[in-house]
Amino acid sequence: MLLRRVWPSRPVFENPFSEFDQVRREMMRVFDSMTSAGTRSGVFPPMNVSQDSDNFYVHAELPGIKASDINVTALRNRVSISGRREIPQEGDKVSYHRKERAEGEFSRTVTLPGEVAADKVEARYTDGVLRLTLPKAEETKPRQIAVSVAS
Amino acid sequence: MFGKDESNNLQKSTNQAPEPTYHGPVYSPAVDIFESEDRISLLADMPGVKPKDLKIDLRDNTLTLSGHVESAAPSSEASILTEFESGTYFRQFTLSEVIDQLKIDAKLSDGVLRLELPKLERAKPRQITVKAS
Repeated sequence: MLLRRVWPSRPVFENPFSEFDQVRREMMRVFDSMTSAGTRSGVFPPMNVSQDSDNFYVHAELPGIKASDINVTALRNRVSISGRREIPQEGDKVSYHRKERAEGEFSRTVTLPGEVAADKVEARYTDGVLRLTLPKAEETKPRQIAVSVAS
Repeated sequence: MFGKDESNNLQKSTNQAPEPTYHGPVYSPAVDIFESEDRISLLADMPGVKPKDLKIDLRDNTLTLSGHVESAAPSSEASILTEFESGTYFRQFTLSEVIDQLKIDAKLSDGVLRLELPKLERAKPRQITVKAS
């Protein structure tokens, strides 16, 4: 099922090597999905990054974390998410059958393809998913340039 | 292989079990299951699932959890990096204890499901006093 996204169409950035990097990541994803039955990449939290003409959007899966325990920082073209996930003790009298959910510190930084207006970043946390809206900095937005005819 | 970190437990894996009719990957949520004298409790990480999209079913000692995640990103956005996809969480467990179906309690908060399965009265341990004759 994961194989259908081997060669998705991607926006081309200024840096031609980012395309190679993109291909490398996709290959890793595909190999990982074949070797370990679809285990996701070993980073936490998993993130999706997208953009439209005005904003970058970052979605991160952070189940069971208090909104106050999540730190988000944005500087120039980088955005960092860090925090701590704690799993409360369930008392002495319980016996565990399974314990798969992990706890601990996490920290991740992603570099975006353009600078953001750090003071206008919005963060919302619903249903265990953190959604960041990062408006693009004015100077990095594409601008329409009028062509005048030289007389 | 490829430097994948096996020790990271916070990752999810796909489940090869029954296939849903709708399109998209199926993930197996990470769970904690623990038992006390009067109940079995289950915690499952299901980020992105809304209470209305979560189905919990218990019949013939088989507990089925399934939660569908609606895609949050509108199609007008161009994807830059994709590490998770919206799909379905699905997992089944066989319960050995007899559960009081009427008293099952399920709560979903911040993407974590907490399911309380109280044991039936007759399944609870009972102290038996030995009388001297």
